[in-house]
Amino acid sequence: MSDTTPIPLQPTPIVPKPVPKPLELCVAFSLISLYGFGGVLYWSRRMMVDERKWMTAEEFNEAYALCNFLPGPNIVNFSVVFGRQVRGTLGALVALLGLLGPPFLVVTLLSLLYAHYGEIAAVQRVLAGVAAAAAGLTISATLKMAGPLLRERPGFAHVVAAAAFLTVGVLSWPLYWVLGVLIPGSIAVAWWMRQ
Amino acid sequence: MTSEIGTLLTLAGYFALLSLFAIGGANAALPEMHRLAVDVMHWMSERQFADMFAIAQVTPGPNVIVVTLIGYHVAGLAGALVATLAMCGPTCVFAFFIGRVWDRFKDAPWRMAIQAGLVPVSIGLIGASAAVVARATAQSALAVAVTAVTAVVTYNFKLNPLWIFAGAALLGLGGLI
Repeated sequence: MSDTTPIPLQPTPIVPKPVPKPLELCVAFSLISLYGFGGVLYWSRRMMVDERKWMTAEEFNEAYALCNFLPGPNIVNFSVVFGRQVRGTLGALVALLGLLGPPFLVVTLLSLLYAHYGEIAAVQRVLAGVAAAAAGLTISATLKMAGPLLRERPGFAHVVAAAAFLTVGVLSWPLYWVLGVLIPGSIAVAWWMRQ
Repeated sequence: MTSEIGTLLTLAGYFALLSLFAIGGANAALPEMHRLAVDVMHWMSERQFADMFAIAQVTPGPNVIVVTLIGYHVAGLAGALVATLAMCGPTCVFAFFIGRVWDRFKDAPWRMAIQAGLVPVSIGLIGASAAVVARATAQSALAVAVTAVTAVVTYNFKLNPLWIFAGAALLGLGGLI
């Protein structure tokens, strides 16, 4: 670390951030996954920024914005993006393995139990209760996500959100047809509004 | 045997394609999973779909794990592996390469337009999955009441959802749902 670099492209942090070893990465993402009950975002921020100090809060926000923008499961994308940043391809693989390995094992075991005992009346009643509560949780997550949009002046974004909701959620149209129209349309309007 | 491989290929192709359309996370893809698994392929009943959604929610880890359950139900352990890899593989490769060049485009106007255009789509899709799972789980008046109370309580208070799940499980066990 010399101070003679001609043009520093980014401000150098005063304390160098620790770079995780592959095993540490794998363990950290396993922990995020196992703690991450009902919201992996909270735990990933806590682990990455507060506990291990592998990222600053700003870096975390930027990485997370990228993962929201990419299709697919956000936290899965996050593990790949972060793992690659710190340890290249191996890092991406171990972070992904850490994140998905434990829940995969748990859920496979539960599947096995479900296949054997899923038709027992008591089990069905418990699951019906949990499923009803889980549906309520999804509704409140939706309302929280839609909050900023709902507070805005009604505009094109509201039309897009309502169209996606009605066609996919109420009319059960195939996702691909709907998104094939909505995504290009929505982006085109967003582009045009920026001009 | 051939039909088993055929099923695995269907799972793989289907979830790989779906992952690319999961704008806003795995939950955004739930309505399409429901449409395929219940309505089109008849792999499971409405109630079984609701059960899998419930199991995925009480399992720690990312929500995407519901595809592992669907895969297992359809084709056992191989199905679970294939569905999980297909749902995560293509987008992981995407994330791997985009993550590399992302900083360069941080302030590009097209990037902001894409982001601004995708946000309402993903909100609408998450809302759609809430509608689909609410319909699938609404098997009695009390189930609807549990859904409504959970929605109101978790919207207004920061509470570990495990407590609510435990309460709802007890209500269910008591034969009330």
